[in-house]
Amino acid sequence: MKLITGIIKPFKLDDVKDALKAIGVTGITVSEVRGFGRQGGHTETYRGAEYQIDFVPKVSLRVVIDDDRADQVVDTIATAAATGKIGDGKIWVTAVERVVRIRTGDEGTDAI
Amino acid sequence: MDSGDTAWVLMSAALVLFMTPGLAFFYAGMVRSKNVLGMLMQNVFAMGLISVIWAIIGFSLAFGGTGSIVGNLDFAWLSGVTDLDGNIPGMAFVAFQMMFAVITPALITGATADRLKFSSYAILIGIWSIVVYAPVARWVFNENGWLFDMGALDFAGGAAIHINAGMAALAVVIVIGNRRGHGHEPMPPHNLPFTMLGTGILWFGWIGFNAGSALAADGVAAQAVVNTHLAAAAGMLGWLAVERIKTGHATTLGAASGAVTGLVAITPCAGFVGGAAPLIIGAIAGIGCFAALGIKAKMNWDDSLDVIAVHLVGGVIGTLLLGFFADASINGDTDGLLFGGGAELLKDQFVAAGAVAAFSFAVTFALAHAIRATVGLRVSPEDERIGLDQSQHAESAYSS
Repeated sequence: MKLITGIIKPFKLDDVKDALKAIGVTGITVSEVRGFGRQGGHTETYRGAEYQIDFVPKVSLRVVIDDDRADQVVDTIATAAATGKIGDGKIWVTAVERVVRIRTGDEGTDAI
Repeated sequence: MDSGDTAWVLMSAALVLFMTPGLAFFYAGMVRSKNVLGMLMQNVFAMGLISVIWAIIGFSLAFGGTGSIVGNLDFAWLSGVTDLDGNIPGMAFVAFQMMFAVITPALITGATADRLKFSSYAILIGIWSIVVYAPVARWVFNENGWLFDMGALDFAGGAAIHINAGMAALAVVIVIGNRRGHGHEPMPPHNLPFTMLGTGILWFGWIGFNAGSALAADGVAAQAVVNTHLAAAAGMLGWLAVERIKTGHATTLGAASGAVTGLVAITPCAGFVGGAAPLIIGAIAGIGCFAALGIKAKMNWDDSLDVIAVHLVGGVIGTLLLGFFADASINGDTDGLLFGGGAELLKDQFVAAGAVAAFSFAVTFALAHAIRATVGLRVSPEDERIGLDQSQHAESAYSS
């Protein structure tokens, strides 16, 4: 099993969710995050005083999935989240040792 | 007794009362989220503390007796208050003036944001309202007061309220010192919608503040309503024009700030000018106060929410411009420089602005030093770091 973590533009979240649902992904976990990268921040001006805002708001999403579907999920997220402009985000894949569904005690791929 | 006049002054008292919670939101939006309750509390608390002090002694010191510097105790506990102004009951005047007394020290909280200990704040404004506000109100608003008697004009408190509170704010800022992290840590406003909400309430209430000061429901009051509104409008446009040119954007905080500078500057003039004067006064205030924003950085004063640039500078602009724009055909018997009255009024306005500024600064400076030396003015570094909401009030504005 793999844990797929994506950092995407917040307004792309619905597109990504719909695309993942369409390929049969049954659940994702989403959090609002802030970070900096190559996109850089922006300046805000309050009463003439400039503030550099370095952290850009992003959405982080996590999906746990069978090994053989990991590439499809990564490609789906990448396609749905793309705008072609700087700041589209990143996706990375990590190995998962164990998964448990709390309600039933199911383990492994049954728990996904 | 005139029921129309009385009704308008009573209504105006309610309008001015509403300005203090308006000010609370105006300021609270500009502080960081860990200090929002601290700011709201300081303002709302003034409605509690200052009202009580005003009833016990403040009103009497401002309006009792015949002294030119300070009143007496004839009206202590609001006993024996006569019908001061002929057409309205004494109690209508008490109520109206009480709301002025409440909001004036509350204006100072913008300068000392995020670091003034709540208990020390209570001591500071409680004493300040007795030793600074009451005498200054006497000088300016009471016919026996020396500035009033000299001929200086202050329709609704450009000197008594805005210069007074602005200089007091400067004095306290110098004594209390800058916020920790000031100058290198960003401290942007946490909720500008609050600030816009507060601006709307202030603007609305200011109609009563200025037009109620006519103490009558008459043509002067109507002129004051129009002047007040137009000055706010022109102040907004003036500020936004300069801001747009200098920074590239017209901001919501700029619109809010510009409107308030227009309101501040028209305050002394509201019932004494007419025609295009409110537009000119408001626009000069919007532009002048924006230009004054740089003073605090130059002097390294952490006047956190720009009480100096908005209230002190705006109050001075309005008080002095009245020397040019006063028009006896609108009200009173004094013409300004531009209406053929010569420089006499302008000179009186200079004296009024200078006297109030010097007195307020000197007494507040001494008072702030005394509080700092005894119970302290500032919260501890740790309390400042966690914010006033938790450290002073054991509450959080935004649960997580």
